[in-house]
This record gives sequence, C-alpha cells and structure tokens, in this order.
Amino acid sequence: MTIEEREKEIVEEFSMLSDWMDRYSLLIELGNDLTDFEEEHRSNQNLIEGCQSKVWLYAWEKDGLIYFMADSDAIIVKGIVALLIRVLNGRTPDEILEAPLAFVDAIGLKEHLSPTRSNGLVAMIKQMRMYALAYKTKLAR
Amino acid sequence: MNFPIDEIRKDFPILSRPVNGRPLVYFDNGATAQTPRQVVEAMDRVYYEYNSNIHRGIHTLSNLSTEAFEAAREKVRDFINAAESRQIIFTRGTTEAINLVAHSFGAAFMQPGDALVVSEMEHHSNIVPWQLLAERMQLELKVLPVLDNGELDLAALPALLDERTRLLAITHISNVLGTINPVKDIVELAHSKGVKVLIDGAQAIHHTRVDVAALDCDFYVFSGHKMYGPTGTGVLYGKAELLEAMPPWQGGGEMIQQVRFSGSTYNELPYKFEAGTPDYVGVVGLGAAVDYLQQLGMVAIGAYEKELFAYAVERLEGLGDLIFYGTAAQRGSLLSFLPEGIHPFDAGTLLDKMGIAVRTGHHCAQPLMDRFGIPGTVRASFGLYNTKSEVDALAEGLLKVRQLFA
Ligand SMILES: Cc1ncc(COP(=O)(O)O)c(C=O)c1O
Repeated sequence: MTIEEREKEIVEEFSMLSDWMDRYSLLIELGNDLTDFEEEHRSNQNLIEGCQSKVWLYAWEKDGLIYFMADSDAIIVKGIVALLIRVLNGRTPDEILEAPLAFVDAIGLKEHLSPTRSNGLVAMIKQMRMYALAYKTKLAR
Repeated sequence: MNFPIDEIRKDFPILSRPVNGRPLVYFDNGATAQTPRQVVEAMDRVYYEYNSNIHRGIHTLSNLSTEAFEAAREKVRDFINAAESRQIIFTRGTTEAINLVAHSFGAAFMQPGDALVVSEMEHHSNIVPWQLLAERMQLELKVLPVLDNGELDLAALPALLDERTRLLAITHISNVLGTINPVKDIVELAHSKGVKVLIDGAQAIHHTRVDVAALDCDFYVFSGHKMYGPTGTGVLYGKAELLEAMPPWQGGGEMIQQVRFSGSTYNELPYKFEAGTPDYVGVVGLGAAVDYLQQLGMVAIGAYEKELFAYAVERLEGLGDLIFYGTAAQRGSLLSFLPEGIHPFDAGTLLDKMGIAVRTGHHCAQPLMDRFGIPGTVRASFGLYNTKSEVDALAEGLLKVRQLFA
C-alpha cells in the first residue's frame, strides 16, 4: 500500500464515525494498542518534549526502508502517533520526506498539529523527517 | 443574595459564543478573565474621542487623555486602599512589576551575600526574576516549602528570615492550589525580622478585598487581564519610602526631569518608573475594570464565588475518581485535579470538545509540580460570571471523559 492509499484508508475508517466522541474513542483505542515501544529506547536522546505531553521516538533503517517506534504519556497524542507510524513505517526516506500527511486534517485532528498545541506532535513529525533525511544521506554514500 | 448573575453575564458578550458546537463554559479565569463591555467601551472612547499622548501636550485632547490616565491611577489607589496615588506604578503586568522590583530593590538595598526568600508554590514570574537577580548580585535564593495539603510550611519560615535576608516574595493566592496564604501574618513576622515583603496578588486582586494599608506589605503586584481588565496592563504598589530610594529600572521619556550628556535627573514618583509612553488606553480600561468590580462590590463577589466554589468542591469530589491537589483549610477560586489514570492533556482536549475551557499542564509552576511528583494538573478556575450549572457541565464532562477511557 502506498502512503496515499494508507492515508485514504485511515480517512475512510474515521469518516464512518460521525460523532467526535466516537472518533476520540477510536484514537484512544489506537493509543492503547500502541504497546511495542522498547524500554531501552526510552532515553532523553529520544525524547521530544512538548509543553503538555511527551513523545519518545526511535527510528532504524533496514534494507533502505525506515521504521519507527514511539510512545507518549498522553493517550490522544499516542493515538495520533500510532496513525503516523501506520502511514510512514517501512517507507523509503524520499517517501517520508514527501508524505503530505493530509489525513490528519481530513479526519478533523488538524488542531493537534498546530504549532501552538505544544503537545510534541509537530516536533515528532519534524523528527521523523529528520531521521529520513539522515538515512537518505547515509544511504547515498 | 443580591448578585444579578444573569445581568452580569450579559456584560460579557464572549460568554454567549459557542465553542465546538457547545455553549462555552469558561473555567480558565486564572489564566485570563474575560472583559466586560464597560471596559472595552471605555477604551473605545479613548480611541474615538480623545486619543492623545499623556503628560505631553497642552492641547485639549492631551489634557483629557492625561486626566483619564491619572483618574485610573486614583481608582486603583482607592481600590487597594493605598495612601497616595504616586505609590501606584503602571506596568505591563505582574511579571513586569516583579522584574522592576527585582532590579531596583536589588540595586538599592542588596549586597552580595544577602538572601531572598520565595515559596515553593510561586509562579515562574515570581521565581525567575529573583534567580536572575541572585545570579547578578551573588545572592542566595532560599525556598519556603509547601506541605502536602498545599499550605505553606510556615513553621520553616522564621529560620529562613535570618539577618542576611532582605526580601520575601510570596503569592497571595496560589495559581495552582488555590491556597489563600495568611499574608498579613507573614508580613508581620517578616517585618519583625527586618525583612521586606512583596506579595504577588495576580490571583487574589479580583477575588477578595485587598487592603495594602491593613496588610502593611512593602510591595503588592497584579495584572489587569486577570481582573477583567485589558491585557498588557498591571500594577506595582510600593511603600513610598522604598520606591523613593529605588533607582529607575528602564530609561526613556516621561521618567526624567532633565537630560544632559553630563548626567540626567529623574522625575518623581510614580513617573520615575514609567519610562516611555505607557499603555494609557489600557490603563483607562483597567480603571473601568476597577469601577466594574467596585460597583458589584468585592464583598458581594467574594460571597458569590465562595458559594460557587463550595458547590464545585462538592460536585467534583462527588465524582469519586479525581485526585485533588491543594486541600488547604483556606482556599478558593480554583480546583486543581487529575482524573485517576488520565493524562491532563487528554482530559483537557476532551473537555474542550465539549466547549469547556480548562487549563492543563504545569501552570508555570514547575517546582510545585516536582514537589508533588506530577507532570501537571487540570485546573478549573472560576470567575464572577460562572454559575453552578456550568459546574454541572464540567462534572458531566468529566464523567464523559471517564466513559471514553473505560
Ligand atoms: C500567581 C501568578 N503570578 C504571576 C503571574 C503572571 O502574570 P502576568 O503573565 O500577567 O504577568 C500569574 C499569571 O498566570 C500568576 O497566576
């Protein structure tokens, strides 16, 4: 599945839920299900500190593709993190750098990506793209 | 009780706007209170009818503007029962007032090796200016601890007020715990040890009658935007003999008597501390906010808010799954809590979806958060226009949050 297809799939899942409570229920569920973060990576180096919540992000490269592992202390943030990973995991650096991530807006969660929210999500996406850029430079050598 | 709440709410047009499709329930008054028509209209009148720089021209508009500005100073003086209007210095807010004192009191009265005391419950605005001063002048900054229930550990205070200590800077009401500190007793104790006292009244000035003469404090500071006035305005009250002895902080127009390259002489109080063109429009608005509070009466406001607070305590405690921070015997105006097992960010985000504005996070009091070992709280802070049915909406909102997490 391409990034676009993946994003479309998420938009469709959310569009079935008309009530904001159902959408946030799903986010909370997605957040609760994101349990694969390995404790050894919970270091200050991998910490993205928002003013309101924290995000830990770890990335690695295998066969030219980038993978992510992340966690947050706030469940709603974690739910959005889970969606971002679902879209960006196992992609090439270029795909990650160019991903539009328009789905966040389309499912009514844009407010969480506003820089004023200070929940760490904006910084997390930036960090994901930084990892992509770093691996791209490394792979090109 | 004669408190015309329906009429009062009409003075605040913003209260009738919807948020996220729901009626707004505004419980973030501790951060900023909403502004009544009367205040906005007073500022409109300045711009539409007599806008002009103050203390400058001899023309009619400048005189009208100057009169309105100085009338606001007199209103503030009367409001806090200061002896003279020259003891009222207009600033941009609490933060600027504290920075002014930190700079000028430090320069006038402190020597390297001296000490300052703040409490563990202070807002960053009443910590960082003192830290900067302590670094600049090699002073010791000592901390008065907070007890588990959110009261100050007053038993520890006498030992902190030793012969090296010059100033104690302490909040009147905690912006996180709602604790009402016994500031009068604290001032008396400090003075008996020769220590001056600055009171941060940002969270108190609009909830309770503040009488600086009765408190006998050396400095009292507060912000316009938390007392239903405009943002960008604030007040420093100080004892005249201290203000007289303190050097100016910022230089510029208005604060000078004579400027020569061989040296300048400074204007008298309060102008010495009001460099440059002040926010004279905002100050007129602040004066209108004082009028608004005076018309309702601080006693009536206090009584109404006390009843509302008691109702909020009963209603939210009744939910059974909130952990409260700050359970002091004397407290009011706000409740800080954590729904068990739910991050404050999540609770605040979901409440916002229901049109309920609360503050979440560390409330600019990180040392206090560290003291309680938490990342932050949810804070519902009340104003004179809030109602019991809004408290009900919050309680129901918190139940919904709980359901979503079930
Ligand atoms: C106790 C206390 N002190 C100081 C401040 C700072 O006020 P301002 O930002 O208006 O200068 C606040 C505001 O949040 C406060 O609650």
